[in-house]
Amino acid sequence: MRRTVLAAVAASGLIVMLAGTALTEESNWGAYQVNDKRSGYTYAAAETRAIQDDDFENPAMLWVDTGGELWNTVEGEAGKACASCHEDAAETMAEVGATYPVYYEPRGKLINIEQRINLCRTENMKAKAWKWESRELLSMTAFVRNQARGKPVAVKIDGPAAPFYEKGKEFYNQRRGQLDMACKSCHEDNAGNMIRANLLSQGQSNGFPTYRLKWQKVGSLHRRFRGCNKQVRATPYKAGSDEYVNLELFLANRGQGLPVETPAVRN
Amino acid sequence: MAWQSLGVVRALICGAGIAALFATGAAAEEFIAFKIDNNESIANSLTGKPGDPARGREVAINRKQGNCLACHKLPIPEQPFHGEIGPDLSMIGDTYSAGELRLRVVNPKIVNPDTFMPAFYRPYGLHRVMKNFQGKTILTAQQVEDVVAYLTTLK
Repeated sequence: MRRTVLAAVAASGLIVMLAGTALTEESNWGAYQVNDKRSGYTYAAAETRAIQDDDFENPAMLWVDTGGELWNTVEGEAGKACASCHEDAAETMAEVGATYPVYYEPRGKLINIEQRINLCRTENMKAKAWKWESRELLSMTAFVRNQARGKPVAVKIDGPAAPFYEKGKEFYNQRRGQLDMACKSCHEDNAGNMIRANLLSQGQSNGFPTYRLKWQKVGSLHRRFRGCNKQVRATPYKAGSDEYVNLELFLANRGQGLPVETPAVRN
Repeated sequence: MAWQSLGVVRALICGAGIAALFATGAAAEEFIAFKIDNNESIANSLTGKPGDPARGREVAINRKQGNCLACHKLPIPEQPFHGEIGPDLSMIGDTYSAGELRLRVVNPKIVNPDTFMPAFYRPYGLHRVMKNFQGKTILTAQQVEDVVAYLTTLK
């Protein structure tokens, strides 16, 4: 009996040691890595990751909280709040953050979460659409996507979404701007390499809207697209443009299986 | 003679309606045509003048100009961050002649179409260039010469 216990203790000690070894290796990123797909979390500094890990430290949670308040706020001529139809967001919005953008039949194209929110506002609530990058739209998008936090990204790229996915892919691989660089040039071919003082990530989208330390606020994925385009001295598209929504679908699929992290914290 | 040769380059520029004048900005000057030998080298100085290696070193550091350090390691110890995207250039003057270096700064895509590296002296054949940079080269012809002069000293 005693021998068995000792053996068990020794064995468990060995397991702890092995686990300890594995954890010190950089490759063990748990849910933040799926095969060769790595969340931006795995490229972030330890201090940045620590801010994201703690909801009380993460400043982006203020936006999520605002979104939660807006969820219950009645607005527009129809006298409705989001909650009037969708009730408990934890249940009704559990999948949205992992599955958007989607093909939207009435428009014959893709829509993302921001656009879905504004469609609800204008068509169902009879309220004004929120402006892109406004506090309200960022907050509601962050709140909705946060309901799917931890769920693996699972977008559909077949059926009617297929041609839009292809356009997004084309955008991703198209060199642009005076510097003549594609998204792929940095985030596919050079992820993990330093570009002067910055570490290039895979450019995964699973944490957006995200709190960027550089912005000192939460920003949309399309804001990030515009910034990247300008950095290579290319004319950016408008936030909410078809081009960017198609790219958004391509990126989501590229990170298929990574967990939704909204609201992430990044450089 | 390569397709990028003097006559063709002129034809491209005029054909694109860009004319010879590039109005404003860092590289605001007339585009100077050049001759490429066997897709390997541009033997002559773009400006007809020699480059200044000390100025070339500054251009290589400057984030709005060459920003060579974004991607390459260079013997510039006072600058803390050197990129890892391109090859280490610390001994590049041993590997390539001035003419070969000039071609690689002007338009490295002639040597390797898939390269990440921008063409520093090619104001055409680009997609959706921002208005402020349209029709302009990243570096002026003299800045190209200065960078080439600097690179040839790296031995």
